[in-house]
Amino acid sequence: MVLTGGLLVGGALVAGAWYYLTPKYSRVGYKPIQPVAFSHNTHVNQLGMDCRYCHNAVEQSWYSNLPDSAKCMNCHNQVLKDDPRLALVRESAATGQPIPWVQIHRVPDYVYFNHSVHVTRGISCVECHGQIDRMEEVYHAQPLSMTFCLDCHRHPELKLRPLDKITDMNWQPESPLQQREFGQRAIKNWKVESLENCSACHR
Amino acid sequence: MRYFFALFAVSVAAVIALLGFRGSHFRKPPLYIFPDMEFQLKLRPQAPSGFFPNGRTSQLPVPGTIARAVPVQTASGPVFPFEDAPVNTGWVVGTTNFVEHNPLPITSALLKRGQQRYTINCAPCHGGLADGNGITRKIGAMAVVANLHDKRIVEMPDGELFYVITHGRNLMGPYGAQVSIEDRWAVVAYLRALQLARLGEPEDLPPQLRTLLK
Ligand code: HEC
Ligand code: HEC
Ligand code: HEC
Ligand code: HEC
Ligand code: HEC
Ligand code: HEC
Repeated sequence: MVLTGGLLVGGALVAGAWYYLTPKYSRVGYKPIQPVAFSHNTHVNQLGMDCRYCHNAVEQSWYSNLPDSAKCMNCHNQVLKDDPRLALVRESAATGQPIPWVQIHRVPDYVYFNHSVHVTRGISCVECHGQIDRMEEVYHAQPLSMTFCLDCHRHPELKLRPLDKITDMNWQPESPLQQREFGQRAIKNWKVESLENCSACHR
Repeated sequence: MRYFFALFAVSVAAVIALLGFRGSHFRKPPLYIFPDMEFQLKLRPQAPSGFFPNGRTSQLPVPGTIARAVPVQTASGPVFPFEDAPVNTGWVVGTTNFVEHNPLPITSALLKRGQQRYTINCAPCHGGLADGNGITRKIGAMAVVANLHDKRIVEMPDGELFYVITHGRNLMGPYGAQVSIEDRWAVVAYLRALQLARLGEPEDLPPQLRTLLK
């Protein structure tokens, strides 16, 4: 009887730890309240804007910048010119004080990450950020844990795609077979490495 | 034993009720249980920082400093981005007259690049065909957008187009900070191709293609 009890409690503890003590639980779904109700669904899905209009450094830098408010004002000096939802944007553009956006995705400081390597080598935003174009508010869609990174680094051929489809969140390969063929060709032509050594990400 | 099972079931239910399921949305920042080296004393871009008086980590360059750079390859040799040269200003050196022609060699790679950058940076307003019917105009959100096939704009020198992209004009904002010098000239070259597509005559086509018309 003590044995069944012990097994049950022990099993529940293990199951609980497995289920809860992982970034799949602790991070996925994080959706902070942002100072401006900016919607990727409106701007990307409905207006068809490219990610790189706003996140324009993503191809050159490790860091994918958030747009400054002057960039919003390119349109919003005419669009919704007096809308109260955009009051903070107008104020920020006038004073130069940045909008205090809340950061959602963040790798620990002991991890080296780089956007440009991925984006210029055929890895799309959707692999790591999910269907941003459908989000009214951005949330953490992938765990961004070490397993998550390594799963892809071991088999990049399953995720590589043509370079002009990087910012297309809805692109699908025609078939798994075609994806594998394309991936293998891309690995050879672009000389993509399968990076598993610790020093790639912990430098 | 019965109590034990009941207690067990209740505590499992309580844990699930309290902690919920994977993937559900929440507002509070994630919990860091052992944040050993997750937050180090280093500056991250676009983050707040107490070190600088304006409270930011990303600072503007000190006036008078020059960014380390690679030269732009123009048709007449390499030019650094800080030099007073037509490729950087759009002006003929020493004057404020715009240069007539694109200083970069026009290649199909440049036009392809121009097409990509035009689609990213200009098409939301000016439209894919440069006729001013971008999505913002179509849905009636934006009243004034220039039609880039206007005679006045077609007759502008290349340097003036470059200047408008760099510094903006009237209601159009500047794009110099987000589109690099080479890319701006690539956009100018592509814009010329779009304008030519409207103005061209059937005689401009090579004979093989001319038969495809009609
Ligand atoms: C109109 C400008 C604009 C466009 C276009 C745009 N974004 Fe954003 N993006 C923003 C702003 C502003 C924020 C910060 C506010 C927020 O998190 O909602 C942001 C936030 C994000 C974040 C979360 C940042 C964090 O804190 O972790 C991701 C990821 C992101 N964008 C990806 C994309 C992707 C992928 C696309 C293309 C499909 C895209 N964005 C297109 C403006 C834009
Ligand atoms: C390409 C032009 C363009 C840019 C750049 C742009 N917006 Fe918009 N925005 C629009 C349009 C068009 C609408 C929809 C207007 C309507 O609903 O009639 C809109 C709507 C909005 C709304 C209203 C809520 C909604 O989803 O309808 C907010 C808030 C907003 N934008 C914030 C921003 C912010 C913040 C930025 C800068 C990161 C930005 N926009 C950049 C064109 C733009
Ligand atoms: C290989 C995975 C991966 C891909 C592909 C990827 N990102 Fe990210 N992104 C991340 C990670 C990890 C972070 C957190 C980085 C950090 O710690 O600052 C991040 C952060 C961001 C941020 C927030 C920056 C901040 O600090 O607020 C934005 C915006 C963003 N990404 C946009 C994009 C866009 C746009 C694309 C596609 C062009 C893209 N990302 C592709 C993994 C990825
Ligand atoms: C969907 C696939 C995918 C995911 C997910 C992914 N990567 Fe990568 N990563 C790649 C590919 C492909 C390369 C390019 C390898 C090359 O350049 O040969 C790469 C390269 C890198 C490099 C460059 C190493 C170097 O020497 O230049 C770093 C660092 C890196 N990844 C870190 C990460 C981290 C950290 C994560 C998790 C947050 C991650 N990656 C997630 C596919 C991925
Ligand atoms: C593809 C990139 C990548 C590679 C390669 C990699 N790591 Fe990591 N590692 C990460 C990321 C991302 C995290 C942060 C995970 C998180 O925040 O949940 C991490 C976290 C860690 C941690 C801390 C775990 C914790 O929760 O405190 C250790 C220890 C570690 N890695 C060791 C290694 C060792 C040893 C290797 C070589 C066998 C290695 N890593 C290779 C990306 C990588
Ligand atoms: C946010 C919307 C928007 C975007 C994006 C945009 N423009 Fe404009 N553009 C305008 C508006 C509005 C005008 C009309 C300005 C006026 O006359 O007040 C204009 C005018 C122009 C003119 C004519 C200037 C004149 O002398 O009348 C040119 C040339 C031009 N744009 C080129 C471009 C190019 C090239 C790009 C891409 C790099 C671009 N624009 C991106 C909104 C935009």
